[in-house]
Amino acid sequence: MTDAPPTPRRTALDARHRALGATMTDFAGWDMPLRYGSERDEHTAVRTRAGLFDLSHMGEISLIGPQAGQALDHALVGHLSALAVGRARYTMICDDEGGILDDLIVYRLGDEEFLVVANAANAQVVLDALTERAGGFTASVRDDRDAYALIAVQGPESAGILRTLTDADLDGLKYYAGLPGTVAGVPALIARTGYTGEDGFELFLAPGDAERVWEALTEAGAPVGLVPCGLSCRDTLRLEAGMPLYGHELSTDTTPFDAGLGRVVKFDKPGDFIGRQALEAASRRADSVTPRTLVGLVAEGRRVPRAGYAVLAADGSRIGQVTSGAPSPTLGKPIAMAYVDAEYAKPGTEGVSVDIRGSQEPYEVVALPFYRRER
Amino acid sequence: MSNPQQLRYSKEHEWLSAADEDGVSTIGITEFAANALGDVVYVQLPDVGSAVSAGETCGELESTKSVSDLYAPVSGEVTEINEDVVNDPALVNSAPFEGGWLFKVRVTGEPEDLLSADEYTAFAEN
Repeated sequence: MTDAPPTPRRTALDARHRALGATMTDFAGWDMPLRYGSERDEHTAVRTRAGLFDLSHMGEISLIGPQAGQALDHALVGHLSALAVGRARYTMICDDEGGILDDLIVYRLGDEEFLVVANAANAQVVLDALTERAGGFTASVRDDRDAYALIAVQGPESAGILRTLTDADLDGLKYYAGLPGTVAGVPALIARTGYTGEDGFELFLAPGDAERVWEALTEAGAPVGLVPCGLSCRDTLRLEAGMPLYGHELSTDTTPFDAGLGRVVKFDKPGDFIGRQALEAASRRADSVTPRTLVGLVAEGRRVPRAGYAVLAADGSRIGQVTSGAPSPTLGKPIAMAYVDAEYAKPGTEGVSVDIRGSQEPYEVVALPFYRRER
Repeated sequence: MSNPQQLRYSKEHEWLSAADEDGVSTIGITEFAANALGDVVYVQLPDVGSAVSAGETCGELESTKSVSDLYAPVSGEVTEINEDVVNDPALVNSAPFEGGWLFKVRVTGEPEDLLSADEYTAFAEN
């Protein structure tokens, strides 16, 4: 006998998901909707109309105080004290060796207030690290994981849908910005962010208000074809958009430079930060040694590459590894992200294949992302 | 979901039709299995003319998130594969007991533990 797994956590919208007939799945200790019907239809809805997601498993951490910005500059690789109030930034938290502990979105809600959003699986690690790293600063770290439900509405129709329910100036809200407002009469932080490659909004609100907002968005979106969407299509959407996922493209074994995301590391910010020495070395290494590079692969056939499968050169030698793969509903072909040796990273490189359970399937090397929305 | 009464079922979630006058049965996967897989995007079926053995893998079913082995519920020779489902794997989801059938076998042997519709329904629901 083994110990029974701990009871998974349920979001404020759990009863709603079950009423909608969702297929649920354990995700980082949370019982989350994987799909409601066909994940392909949900994916297409987000690309062409709008989709509604419950993302309440994400981890929210607040930093508050006169030195909250400086504490984040020290704790993270980005220059967060330079962020304007109302704006958001994609950044990372690294360990002393430069390995990525998590990738984060940080919102500046006020002069002395920041909201850090961590991946569900890493929320405790991030909370512990921020608490420790903020120690020398006049700033307090607050665990707000239970304070927020998170609902995302994503897709080309999302602004039109949300506009009917909010007093906020959505036209004045830029991509990667967030401001407080009301949605369906309840207070929310309204952010123009997302993980789908589409225009869209993420709404941070009190868990007790989640049902009401979900229902209002469902009603307002019905005429334009909004559907509830699960984590399965979220993964294919982010993969098409070339967005990395922690545990796949990112890990403690990877520095931001190894992931092709060295631009998030701000060496010129004031003060020291955790991982600086190791990251400076990683940056120099990336300039001098031909590193492995994150590329896109598009199948010529129909077999789907999965994380961990070997990428091979024409002579059969191993040149890299798939980190994420899925059939792309938008392209109609299997796609993958993979780390490959730099000499094979050029789009159009001949002879590249993926070993799919013993069979060498030809793949085309392409630049990321696979999909970019028209603006 | 209902499992057709005239079919028999394996615990690997395949269904098997009664043999026709040539001793040939049609094989597919159940609606329960198709729902569990999610959207099927690729099927690899055994070659026509090849021999399959009851309980052994004879192909693959790929969905968005996973790959599953396809098992033969009986032993015999493959007489036909469903080219429609090769070209449009979504048929496995939309019509698992009809247009989404997978292959046909001239049956030479079958295991003793094939289930009736009612037995399979009870099995799948547990």
